[in-house]
Amino acid sequence: MRWFWIDRFTEFVRGEHAVAVKCVSLSEDFLHDHFPGVGVFPNSLVVEGMAQTGGLLAGQYYDFKERVVLAKVSKAQFYCSAEPGQTLVYRAVLDQIDPTGAITTCTAHVQDRLQCEAQIFFAHIDRDTAHRPLFTPHEFATTVRSLRIFEVGRTPEGEPLTTPDHFVEAERAAMAAVGA
Amino acid sequence: MPTQEEIFEKVQAALCDALAVDEEEVTPDATLVGDLGAESIDFLDIVFKLEKSFDIKIPRGELFPEDILTDGEFVEDGKINEKGLAKLRERMPFANLDAIEENPNVQDFANNLTVQDMCNYVATKVA
Repeated sequence: MRWFWIDRFTEFVRGEHAVAVKCVSLSEDFLHDHFPGVGVFPNSLVVEGMAQTGGLLAGQYYDFKERVVLAKVSKAQFYCSAEPGQTLVYRAVLDQIDPTGAITTCTAHVQDRLQCEAQIFFAHIDRDTAHRPLFTPHEFATTVRSLRIFEVGRTPEGEPLTTPDHFVEAERAAMAAVGA
Repeated sequence: MPTQEEIFEKVQAALCDALAVDEEEVTPDATLVGDLGAESIDFLDIVFKLEKSFDIKIPRGELFPEDILTDGEFVEDGKINEKGLAKLRERMPFANLDAIEENPNVQDFANNLTVQDMCNYVATKVA
């Protein structure tokens, strides 16, 4: 079980912006009770979806070598709700990034309607003082692949993004460990 | 080069944005932590906002010298020693360190930084 709150990326331009979609489905258990008879996708999970969109955009900038954590939702304003059967489209623009962190401006749309605007700030965990990786390396590589970043990802010059060597090495090591 | 008033207005806007406070609260004498409620993660956010607003680069540790405050050479028993105070004076000529000299507790350091200190710092970067 992984904490996926986006289904896939549809656009991804290194260091600039990314677009991801989330299909809201009544097959998601929590919508049965939120609220009974009137399923509404929680706005907290909209923020999480935007954070995943922006966080991976920030993470890719340094080849997924920094540990990116959601540090702060500086602002978030909601305009309508999303319901089962609708698709949320998240767009994240990378405003600033450096080795200490990143700021993204994000939006969520339901069809053509603006659902949320937010500013999300990410911190890069200090390599010297952090005690452990946030994810098992090969699982993180698999997660990123699942979201199709390398299928749609481009550099600002239009070149395809390449899979980082450390992802490939982690996946090979994991396969070797199970004798595959 | 921006005037002191223009610097204050931009710093005020950055702080209102980062800390979700009203303009009236961001006075020159207001302390970032005590009066405006800034937490540690907010400082990084503020630095980003100032960099963007003034088109400047703020080396980490220059505005908030965490490296000094966590160095055993400069801090003893939770208090900044003479060597540390001298280092802070050297690194932070923009800040009024009188209150810190009176109360050198590391824990209280951030409480003493004011909006005016921040404006003074920005003025050195845009000069």
